[in-house]
Amino acid sequence: MSDVVLRMENVYKMFRKGQVFNSLRDLVPALTGRMFNRQELNAADRREFWALQDLSFEVKRGEAFGIIGHNGAGKSTALKILSRIMKPTRGKIFVNGRLSALIEVTAGFHQDFTGRENIFLHGAIMGMNKREIRSKLDQIIAFSGIEEFIDTPVKRYSSGMYARLGFSVAAHVNPDVMIVDEVLSVGDYVFQQKCVQRMKEVIRGGAAVVFVSHNLKSVAEFCHNCLVLERGRPVVQGKADQVIANYMRRQTAARQPDQSSGVKITKVTVRNHEGECVRFESGEKAWVDIELSARKPCQKLSVSLYLSDSESHLIFNTSLARLGYADFDLNPGQVFRCTFELALNLAVGTFHVGSLVFRYDNETEYDRWLQAATILVSSSQDIRGLVNCFPKVVKREIADEQLKAEAKIESLA
Amino acid sequence: MKQEIQELYSYRDLLFAMVSRDIKIRYKQSAMGFLWAILMPTLIVGAGIIVRYGFAITSGKHLDSSDIAAVAVKSLPWAFLVSSIRFSCMSLTNNTTLVTKIYFPKEIFPLSAVMACFFDFVVAAGALVILLFFLKTGWSLYLFYVPILIIAMALLAAGISMIVSAGSLFFRDVKYIVEAVLTFAIFFTPVFYDVRMFGDKGKWLLLNPAAPILESFSDCIARQQSPDLLWLAYSLVFALVTFVAGYAFFKHLEPAFAESV
Repeated sequence: MSDVVLRMENVYKMFRKGQVFNSLRDLVPALTGRMFNRQELNAADRREFWALQDLSFEVKRGEAFGIIGHNGAGKSTALKILSRIMKPTRGKIFVNGRLSALIEVTAGFHQDFTGRENIFLHGAIMGMNKREIRSKLDQIIAFSGIEEFIDTPVKRYSSGMYARLGFSVAAHVNPDVMIVDEVLSVGDYVFQQKCVQRMKEVIRGGAAVVFVSHNLKSVAEFCHNCLVLERGRPVVQGKADQVIANYMRRQTAARQPDQSSGVKITKVTVRNHEGECVRFESGEKAWVDIELSARKPCQKLSVSLYLSDSESHLIFNTSLARLGYADFDLNPGQVFRCTFELALNLAVGTFHVGSLVFRYDNETEYDRWLQAATILVSSSQDIRGLVNCFPKVVKREIADEQLKAEAKIESLA
Repeated sequence: MKQEIQELYSYRDLLFAMVSRDIKIRYKQSAMGFLWAILMPTLIVGAGIIVRYGFAITSGKHLDSSDIAAVAVKSLPWAFLVSSIRFSCMSLTNNTTLVTKIYFPKEIFPLSAVMACFFDFVVAAGALVILLFFLKTGWSLYLFYVPILIIAMALLAAGISMIVSAGSLFFRDVKYIVEAVLTFAIFFTPVFYDVRMFGDKGKWLLLNPAAPILESFSDCIARQQSPDLLWLAYSLVFALVTFVAGYAFFKHLEPAFAESV
């Protein structure tokens, strides 16, 4: 048996943009009209929209594959074709084994049914048989963490409980191919960790996972290989690390700076001791190269360095001036370069590196580019939050205080 | 086709889960519970008895208990056919999230609607047996035809259901057309009246594929006589063709479901 469990071969998907007739009342006159006017028919047929073009990839057992793209890049269409809800216009898709999709994990729920009844209903929709569901029932309920309310109709559930129950069912299908669509944003932090754990188990168990997301951090964390979709076309494909680095470079290149400003930040890149890089180990040294170019003469400039977290909250900043370096002047055509060395004492997560050109005495801002580069920080330790304080456990004991106290009394006596 | 049926078979647990969902919802939401299943047939039987009583007065004949039995026997399968088509017509459009998001054989929707209606039919049939007992209806060996008649009716119901459910997903006015046809279909179908009342012209009425099945129900159960086997064969073939064609039609359109909604 081949190791490849999922293969897409030159898949194309086309939608028609033209008028869609969704009632016979409109269709019948349109059809009779068309019979007398053939040209109109051809014009309507030409309004085609290719949602996917020439998509090919394969996923092996125990491998995770990521699909990255903006909204409208064709991710959802790719998902629907993968999960066999839509047929490709051209090309082939090959699936070896059971496929399950973690899309709309609560779609099969019925409001009036209890949690338990919905597990059976939704489990069946996901392709499990009764015996299988019954054997996994306890596991599913325990995973969802809503044992107390399992016999309550789901219409009384909070939206979080609802989603958690749906995900629990979907996560226990034991497929050969699992398609995941950003459902990791379900529930609170603890539940998300559980989900990540569960997906890793599924991968270790020999299933293939296709992960569709715009969350680069989770793609980088999970996936061995990935591809980037842009307007329906795969633009980069390969090892996840390289593809993500490439993708980030493409994104930042798309910036349109203010033309009227006299100074423009032309480059912000982050590198480690080996060269330009996206993934860093917590605590590692990083160098940020910043480059400015002037279009008009500007005086008394200073450069700030910004570090923000994945939600764009500023977590660190400094500037040349504040570090004690004198301001500088630039004339048109001149380029200024500087490099900051940082110790990345950051916790695990996604961080943005940016820069600001500023004149302190009259408080003028010339250019800002706060998310110029994105880095992913990982750590061998399970540390959470924003910073890494490099924890070490230097003492650990269990003492019996009562015995000690008694011993003290005895010695006193 | 073979592959598709195998796939449907592998999803049989889902089919039963959907049937029990439909039944549970219907009985959970109505305070009347199981009375729901006999409400529709009771109304039809009541209307039929009034119509029959009218016939008897104008023709100056006495209203026979076998006539009442015939109306009752024909009402049940008719109610089953009508409610199957009515429920399945909406079965896809009411579940668009499932249709567009999760893969499984979508014929499960119309088929489960038909099976849920069949459950109602079985409950009502229990009540009918009691009614026939009070009407002192006899029995005969022709009762062995009844399973065949039920199968023919179910095939017809399932075939039409698959066509209208897929159709109403693409054209939203299909449900209005279906509703209008179902409202008046009872006048074109021998439920309240018998085909033999029309003499030679009765054969035109028998072209309606439901008519020979209903007439055979009445012959086998209420009148203890042999059904018209030729017309019954016509209906059986018609039902089988409708089922196969409906299934093929449904499967042909299925890949486009997610795009049309």
